[in-house]
Amino acid sequence: MKAKFSAVGAVARGRGRRAGVLAAGSVLALAAVAACGGNGNSGGGSGAANGFKPAAQTGGTLTVWVDSTRLAAAQLYQKQHPEVKMDIVTYDGDANGSNYLQTKVSLFNRTRGGWPDVVFSSQNNETSWAVPAGFTAPLNKGLIPQSTLAGWATGANDPCTVNGTLYCLRNDLSQTVLWYNQKLMKQWAYQVPTTWEQYQALGQKVATEHPGYLVGDAGDTFAPEIYLWAGKCGANQITGPKAVTVNTTSANCTKMATLLDTLIKNKTISLSSVFSSDFDKNNADKILMLPGPAWYGGALFQGTFKTPAGQVAVAPMPQWSGDTTPSVGNVGGGTWLLSAHSADLKAATAFLTWVTTADDYQGKLAPGYPAFAAAAKTWLAGQASSGYYAGDIAAPLQAAANQVWSGWGYGQFSQEAIWAATVSPGLNAGKSLVSLLPAWQSAIVNYAHSDGYQVSTS
Amino acid sequence: MSAATTSRAGAPRTARRAPWPGRAGHGFVAAYVLLLIAFGVVPTVYALYFAFTSVDNRFSGLSNFATAARDFRYLPAVGHVALYLVFWLASLVVFVVALALLLHRLSARGVSKALRFLYYIPGALAGAASVMVWLFLLDPTVSPASFLLRALGYDTFGQVVAPGHLPILFTLIAFWTGAGGWIVVMFGALNNIPHDIIEAARIDGAGAWQTARRIQIPLLRKWIVYMTILAFAGGTQLFVEPQLLAQASVGVAGRDYSLNQLSYDFAFQNNDVNTAAAISVELLVIGLVVAALFVARSGFFDAD
Repeated sequence: MKAKFSAVGAVARGRGRRAGVLAAGSVLALAAVAACGGNGNSGGGSGAANGFKPAAQTGGTLTVWVDSTRLAAAQLYQKQHPEVKMDIVTYDGDANGSNYLQTKVSLFNRTRGGWPDVVFSSQNNETSWAVPAGFTAPLNKGLIPQSTLAGWATGANDPCTVNGTLYCLRNDLSQTVLWYNQKLMKQWAYQVPTTWEQYQALGQKVATEHPGYLVGDAGDTFAPEIYLWAGKCGANQITGPKAVTVNTTSANCTKMATLLDTLIKNKTISLSSVFSSDFDKNNADKILMLPGPAWYGGALFQGTFKTPAGQVAVAPMPQWSGDTTPSVGNVGGGTWLLSAHSADLKAATAFLTWVTTADDYQGKLAPGYPAFAAAAKTWLAGQASSGYYAGDIAAPLQAAANQVWSGWGYGQFSQEAIWAATVSPGLNAGKSLVSLLPAWQSAIVNYAHSDGYQVSTS
Repeated sequence: MSAATTSRAGAPRTARRAPWPGRAGHGFVAAYVLLLIAFGVVPTVYALYFAFTSVDNRFSGLSNFATAARDFRYLPAVGHVALYLVFWLASLVVFVVALALLLHRLSARGVSKALRFLYYIPGALAGAASVMVWLFLLDPTVSPASFLLRALGYDTFGQVVAPGHLPILFTLIAFWTGAGGWIVVMFGALNNIPHDIIEAARIDGAGAWQTARRIQIPLLRKWIVYMTILAFAGGTQLFVEPQLLAQASVGVAGRDYSLNQLSYDFAFQNNDVNTAAAISVELLVIGLVVAALFVARSGFFDAD
């Protein structure tokens, strides 16, 4: 993946012989277009939402793009269906707003060929560009029966729905919960906090009684989705197809930011990414609590940190005291897209349906909480019987699945990328989050404008 | 032409016709010209076409250039690239010339060969691979030079890649990957300086410093200009370093940093190839103008 980016860059940055060649390298991407005779018509695919005209159904190889985590799903399908000719390609899954898929699709649109049939993306905002680009096929207009679609958790497919038409299927839910180490909690006689006030108080207690231990982490690009989303901060309220309301300095935002500032200052909230070598080395075995998405359990505690079994437990996300409508955040939870250009819609749809609903994968193998309700039941039962977790994780996860605050939308601009570029460097330099909120706001507004959004700020 | 005539005149009686000495040269150049047209001229013309047309293929004057200039990322990107160029060109000219002179002084001893090889190694790595090496070097947790980073007060990758450090970091990376080749080139140029000139200088009492300042550097001037032109064109197109750093730091540093990245973003994120092409054309024009200035002011093509 990285190699492909750099291949373009290497030429652009090249050390060739002539200035002209060097400069021209920057338009290498265009050279490919020239070679293929594109006509300069941007957004080559037909963007018609309702008049979906399938490509000629000539069959052939089913090309599937997945990230490394979802590779197991595609491979299992191939094993169970050896008669299907599959070409499984791994890519970065568009993680952290890399835009790899969008880049490729816009090139495929120009060269009028090469689209994958089914794609997994770790992002929930792909429809914002993929529908106008004519890349995704409508799924609820005859391709997948309504009875199947009814099986998804309530609201799970909202990020995939544009004007009533479904353009992708949700892979997993990533509702946030409070992960904590039950063994340490008992040993130190702490109560699991149910309100943010208690959470902050406990953080301050830990800072003095057990310095070095963490009650949270804010070093990842999805930190705002864990804390500020759960805190109903309206940084990203998509109000229409091309309209967004951005207000990062509201009371809800500053309240949560102040809490984070307090705990960042006393070092009970770390600013290292949970995926960094730094965190793995210095912090992974010192986690008392860690607010985060459903997939933290399998992907982080069990997979990366190798926390011993019988310690990690789940509690509901804390709420502000007095708040009667509990809310949680959401971190990703990927989507599956079906190409409108597929030459074998039948085979592609069969795979898409299997990969999102089958118990064999979603229920038994998937690392995250399946968005398909029946698979989620199997998944939760499997987690319970694995004996890895301390206590019941099903109840808090199921409850949180219905509490994701709906005011945080999925725009075309990557919230994660904006946070990373504007807020993270400031936090690393020791600035307070509260002081960075206005800069965060203006960056969101700028990016939204450049993607053609109408922006309102109140 | 005259070479061809002499060779034909000179070999009428031999059975084998001596090949025209120009032929091999033209053959080599032809292969290059082909690639130049395919990957240089055609894309440039195509970019020019894009830059002056709108989405619906109509002539749009300078409106794409205006769109680019109005973008909130444009001026910061210009600033970033300008600052980077200052660091990069200054370090390149000073250190490459100094190191080449040093190598030349050592040439009698075997050390020179070893050093030349050492300087050249990083250049042998492909561009992106060498940047990847730096991503490890700059992370205090895994870096072999972590003691140095910690001594400077940086404990995390995030602190090392703070926005203010980027021009220096990119200069370090670019120098490490690119300077070795130039040192070898300069060394070759120094070897071309006739020994009797150096000898005469020594007899006149010039020391190492005076020989360098009054004889070697003035005679290297054309090579330095050549290096500056290419380094300038390469530098304005800064892309791999910030792009890879942006990926490695999950976007904390390096996203939308340079003009080339902005062009890339316009093409693939904002689906606006025309504005992307406008930025590329600007880079081409800047590169050509600066090259022309340097060539004209330095008498680059004057015969000796």
